[in-house]
Amino acid sequence: MPINYDDNIYEVVRNQERCVNCRVCERQCANLVHKYSAEYGCMVSDSMSCVDCQRCVTLCPTRALKIIKNPNSYRDNANWTEAAIKSVYKQAASGGVLLSSMGTPENYPVYWDKILINASQVTNPSIDPLREPMETRVALGKRPQETVRDENGRLTGTIKNALFLSVPIMFSAMSYGSISYNAHKSLALAAQKLGIFYNTGEGGLHKDFYPYGKNTIVQVASGRFGVFKDYLDAGAAIEIKMGQGAKPGIGGHLPGEKIGDEVSMTRMIPKGTDAISPAPHHDIYSIEDLRQLIFSLKEATDYTKPVIVKIAAVHNIAAIASGVARSGADIIAIDGFRGGTGAAPTRIRDNVGIPIELALASVDTRLREEGIRNDISLVVGGSVRNSADIVKAIALGADAVYVATGALLALGCHLCRSCHLGKCNWGIATQVPELVKRLNPETGSERLINLITAWKHEIEEMMGGMGINSIEALKGNRLMLRGIGLTNKELEILGIQHAGE
Amino acid sequence: MINTKREGEIRIPSGCAISGIINKDGTRIDGGRVAQSIAVMHDRSNGLGGGFAGYGIYPEYKDFYALHIFYNGQTVKEECEKFLEEHFEIINLSKIPIKRIPEITDVPLIWRYFVAPLPTKLADSQLDENEYVLRCTFSINTRIGGAYVFSSGKNMGVFKAVGFPEDVARFYKLDEYSGYSWVAHGRYPTNTPGWWGGAHPFSILDCSVVHNGEISSYDANRRFIEMYGYKCTLQTDTEVISYIFDYLLRRKKLTLTEASEVIAAPFWEKIDAMPEEDKRRLTYLRTTYPSLLITGPFSIIVGFDGGLMALNDRLKLRSMVIGEKNKTVYIASEECAIREIEPSLDKVWSPSGGEPVIVRLEEQK
Repeated sequence: MPINYDDNIYEVVRNQERCVNCRVCERQCANLVHKYSAEYGCMVSDSMSCVDCQRCVTLCPTRALKIIKNPNSYRDNANWTEAAIKSVYKQAASGGVLLSSMGTPENYPVYWDKILINASQVTNPSIDPLREPMETRVALGKRPQETVRDENGRLTGTIKNALFLSVPIMFSAMSYGSISYNAHKSLALAAQKLGIFYNTGEGGLHKDFYPYGKNTIVQVASGRFGVFKDYLDAGAAIEIKMGQGAKPGIGGHLPGEKIGDEVSMTRMIPKGTDAISPAPHHDIYSIEDLRQLIFSLKEATDYTKPVIVKIAAVHNIAAIASGVARSGADIIAIDGFRGGTGAAPTRIRDNVGIPIELALASVDTRLREEGIRNDISLVVGGSVRNSADIVKAIALGADAVYVATGALLALGCHLCRSCHLGKCNWGIATQVPELVKRLNPETGSERLINLITAWKHEIEEMMGGMGINSIEALKGNRLMLRGIGLTNKELEILGIQHAGE
Repeated sequence: MINTKREGEIRIPSGCAISGIINKDGTRIDGGRVAQSIAVMHDRSNGLGGGFAGYGIYPEYKDFYALHIFYNGQTVKEECEKFLEEHFEIINLSKIPIKRIPEITDVPLIWRYFVAPLPTKLADSQLDENEYVLRCTFSINTRIGGAYVFSSGKNMGVFKAVGFPEDVARFYKLDEYSGYSWVAHGRYPTNTPGWWGGAHPFSILDCSVVHNGEISSYDANRRFIEMYGYKCTLQTDTEVISYIFDYLLRRKKLTLTEASEVIAAPFWEKIDAMPEEDKRRLTYLRTTYPSLLITGPFSIIVGFDGGLMALNDRLKLRSMVIGEKNKTVYIASEECAIREIEPSLDKVWSPSGGEPVIVRLEEQK
């Protein structure tokens, strides 16, 4: 049938007057969009393969290129949108599950953008972070319940195995395999220099990165790829991945073509085989099983490391988090449904789960109602895009945030959402050696450091404006927030008042 | 008043004046003296709240909890007294003597009860005596509308009203009470509360707090402390600070100095450079009670059984001066308030931000 479901979404527009036929675009495009035509004596493009990653546009020395949305359109239909129609064509042709990458692009409410931050006026002075100390250090982990003293009356308690962060931001889990060696190295270098943490994701830890262990969170996911004693010992904390915001309820799938020698060795699976992590952990069918895994991991590491349990934000998140808090975990990480992924079934990514803002607010409230909020730390991710989102997350009740998409953007990602194709022109979501080497880890880490440093400055400015000089006094300080354009129910769940109240 | 929300339904920021006196040798002085001191700082309050706490004022009843209660009317008084009879042995009850003056209006019924928990009820509750009394006062304040317990310690009492502090002192005839220490407060709220319960000091058992400032950490502090059975019914800084002290001192058994190190913690920068022992203690305190750090401007005086403590926020965003003369220590927002009652001081100084000044009776040291 002549139905072309993958027709030109984007169109490459080349200004022939500017083009000097240098063929940079041709060399840069792993999707083979550009080529030199000897017949016409100029560059030609096949827009069909373009994913709009902007690599050619960025590198074109004469700025001769732009990528635009193809104005060709189906007949307008508010119900059967063009995307909906094309999905049917695709599946009718392939019989397959639709795949997507990165966080959902659908038009769901972004609650961060409907929350406003307070500032001091008259009754309370704002504080100038350039002149006064401004503290962003946080400690994550389980807090002692009882005051314990030695025979001389000195306090002997300590927060056990705390993770100290110079700023309440961590790079969240992205596995080696889903992203490149150089991307991992950029994250590791940056985490170390910033005094924060990055996360291995479920793909194990490459032997070259063991020296960064003090700034590494090692993940244990349902596939248990690359998990062994040395791996657990290498990290500063262990994260059990129960779920991921972009795809709650299912596991991961790294196609065999991405499993080369190094990935194979790190994941401890044969080269070229698909790495499929199961939907559940097959040793965790309920909360009491989770407790056993937490304590197995603690036993294995002599109780020297905090255990994080990462869960996807789903409908009953408050009750689940409360269960996790009582199961021996030191830190709960919640991943919202707008969070990124290297590959997920489109329907799941776009329809399953709930926004992180609501999940965070209801979990924080529930843990406080039960009087256990101070026993455990709360880290949230799933589309934290800038310093204002972070300030809002902390004021809603988070101890720290996880950032992944933002970190990838700093490394050059243009959110073309084609990670699952494995041909990332920016050297991030690919294992093709020629593409990987495009990302220089030194430069990459500098850009990450710049980003987090800039955010830190902005957080300090906003805190200072509120008259707060320690991030601890912002945590859960919901009076510093007001909603704008929200319903009573939304305000009730977020636990904030409306602007003007 | 009809169109505005009552204190507790809305958060009202306020500036203030504070003053305190303690005789370390236990000599008792009358409340008129501290009233004279706070009166000098008239312009720091705006007539919307004044109050006092005196320690050592009820020596004849020192083993009993002295409950001071405001009532809106006779009916609620009867309801509350029924509750008291069910939970306490009432040793003595009386109206608190007042003098009607034109400056103080809308006067509620003000009663005082000296009580002891009923032994059987106390045993059933499985609580210690203090916790039992605390829960009973919370019960009254949250469940019996129109009744409000504003003082519940032993051998101490709070006296407060809507008005300037010097008028409040005359109203309660404070020169007829004598105690070894006194604290006073004049309030400058940015909104009209018009409610007596909202005046300061705020007290919980024998711990009373007067405070000048507006803390920026309020909701972080409130949401933390409410996890442990406290209810911030007034939405004021002073209320939450009082609960924090009660939690840290009574429940967590921290010392006053340690509690100060939690609420006005040294900056990490300083902690990192400290000797190992201090570093360990402060890291423990900051990481264990991060949500009890208080930021924003404050100067407070905490009154407790046998002493007073003065503390500023860690940036010292509010003025506070200490003066000493022989065995007497004076604390005030402004030096003039001290000079007014003791012109020739042996020593006068301003404590630095976050530096607690703790004064105790000598016999208790």
